[in-house]
Amino acid sequence: MNRIQAKLKEDKKLISIYFSAGFPALNDTVEIIKNLEKSGVDMIEIGLPFSDPLADGPTIQQSSTKALKNGMHTELLFEQLRDIRKEVSIPLILMGYFNPMLQYGVEAFCEKCQAVGIDGFIIPDLPAEVYDEAYKTIFERYGLINIFLITPQTSDARIRYMDSISNGFIYMVSSTSTTGAQSEFGKKQQDYFKRVADLNLKSPQIVGFGISNNETFREATSHAKGAIIGSAFIKFLANKGVSKIPNFIVKIKA
Amino acid sequence: MSYHVDKKGYYGQFGGAFIPEMLYPNVEELRQKYLSIMAAPDFKLEFKQLLKDYVGRPTPLYFAKRFSEKYNTKIYFKREDLCHTGAHKVNNTIGQILVAKHLGKSRIIAETGAGQHGVATATVCALAGLKCIVYMGEVDIARQAPNVARMKMLGAEVRAAKSGSKTLKDATNEAIRDWINHPEDTHYIIGSAVGPHPYPDMVSRFQSVVSEEIKWQLKAMESKENPNYVVACVGGGSNAAGAYYHFLDNTGVGLIAVEAAGKGVDSGESAATSVLGKEGIIHGSKTLLMQTTDGQITEPYSISAGLDYPGVGPMHAHLYTSKRAEFIPVTDDEAMTAGLELSQLEGIIPAIETAHAFAIFETKVFKPDDVVVVCLSGRGDKDLNTYIDYFKL
Repeated sequence: MNRIQAKLKEDKKLISIYFSAGFPALNDTVEIIKNLEKSGVDMIEIGLPFSDPLADGPTIQQSSTKALKNGMHTELLFEQLRDIRKEVSIPLILMGYFNPMLQYGVEAFCEKCQAVGIDGFIIPDLPAEVYDEAYKTIFERYGLINIFLITPQTSDARIRYMDSISNGFIYMVSSTSTTGAQSEFGKKQQDYFKRVADLNLKSPQIVGFGISNNETFREATSHAKGAIIGSAFIKFLANKGVSKIPNFIVKIKA
Repeated sequence: MSYHVDKKGYYGQFGGAFIPEMLYPNVEELRQKYLSIMAAPDFKLEFKQLLKDYVGRPTPLYFAKRFSEKYNTKIYFKREDLCHTGAHKVNNTIGQILVAKHLGKSRIIAETGAGQHGVATATVCALAGLKCIVYMGEVDIARQAPNVARMKMLGAEVRAAKSGSKTLKDATNEAIRDWINHPEDTHYIIGSAVGPHPYPDMVSRFQSVVSEEIKWQLKAMESKENPNYVVACVGGGSNAAGAYYHFLDNTGVGLIAVEAAGKGVDSGESAATSVLGKEGIIHGSKTLLMQTTDGQITEPYSISAGLDYPGVGPMHAHLYTSKRAEFIPVTDDEAMTAGLELSQLEGIIPAIETAHAFAIFETKVFKPDDVVVVCLSGRGDKDLNTYIDYFKL
């Protein structure tokens, strides 16, 4: 069983953290991952920075740009992660845009990911249909789980389609927006979380976009299996640094 | 073999819709409806009427006597520079504003580089009474102050794109992000034959009025409706798509695409996307784009702000790789010289983008009885400052 699938079976609400590889400093990647696991995080999304992150708000755009300026690139990330599985056992998901993967060669990319111990992908600009038609077999050959995004605008039929080709979790984008922290979720979002929960999908749902504190984490997980925090964590990293990571996680879980 | 879009939204291996799920409902709605909207009799009537009474179509097909004499071939200019707002861009914005109304949208967003598409969008929004927000790179806002003022005067809000390189590519990113954040009331009017399917096809269809007119105009003037060659400059590719459209599948008509080589194809400061680009994904489309070996999109350079796009429309990528069209790179210097020559031989000051298309006659030799149609896509008023600086006028 893939590490993501095993984690999803655990009887608890999952906390997942996103960060941009190569930010704040080029070689922070491994330290951040180790600190996150020690702090009790359940899953990590490692962002492969891209020059044109269409679906991201200002915080992740900036961390991405900074990471590229620092010198981050695909091969270097693989190098940094080479020994990661000697020390870290929680699921690691690579999150990035499709073009850098295409340039690396999709199959070569998958092979490398499997070798370093990546468990799955979140690729915002790889539509479900294209994945299904052209890449599903390759991803599965290397044991990689593709995570699908849904939004409040996604129809029930489409959600069911994604569920049918998913073997991990469904990433529920909390609102119609680019990534970024919000202070609370309104009734509209609660209704959406509930609507999706009521579909009784085989894939558990994890909520992302707009989660920044204990309150939004609790709201998001009231109907979902877990929640993903990105922008708020990156802001924290920029201000407080890698060594203070446990403080951030403790507050979310409080 | 057809050079038009296929059922899945591809031109050969290029095209498609590589979009984040957040954009799916809007792009899918457009994909499902654009052909039927455009085919509806009331839509066609309104579109044609506006092109005639508001844009000033048909634009003349002008036999350029002195230019033809100089290059010893028969050269016609398709005068898109005479369109309202000064370029072909308005053909597309008129069409898309009508689509937006049919879709019940109340808010329009657009990206712009030099400001021509922004002005054309602000214009049709004023015409339709719709709210208009134009994203423009911070760097371009500083370079193109008169067009910024025009957009504001037309009632549009101009928002500075401050991310990345702060130019056209980033303005497009910001427009897409805006659309993600406003999925219900907003239509995104893309300015070129780029972006996710169905945009390249929809924009090409709206611009296809250019080649439709060329056919009947040429028939009246030359007793044949097909020229030997059609020449157009290519940035994203909308004026070329329009000028080629009705000739795409007629391989007897040579298609010539002129790209901005900037300071030279190998200078490191160029926008010759077809030669320098590699297959990849930009703004939701699989096409040729300039990028690092690592897949990061790089910043192109051209003296003309309308050609410095790191990608090219998927139709053009297909025309390039299939060799259906001949792609010719033209440098800043060659384009500026051609612009000056056109001004003094024919009394027409072209946009610098357009001037690129006229520079090929220095090197490309045509037969004396060849009929060559050049798409004179825009007028040069907006570029006067660049001309002044360059020629020390």
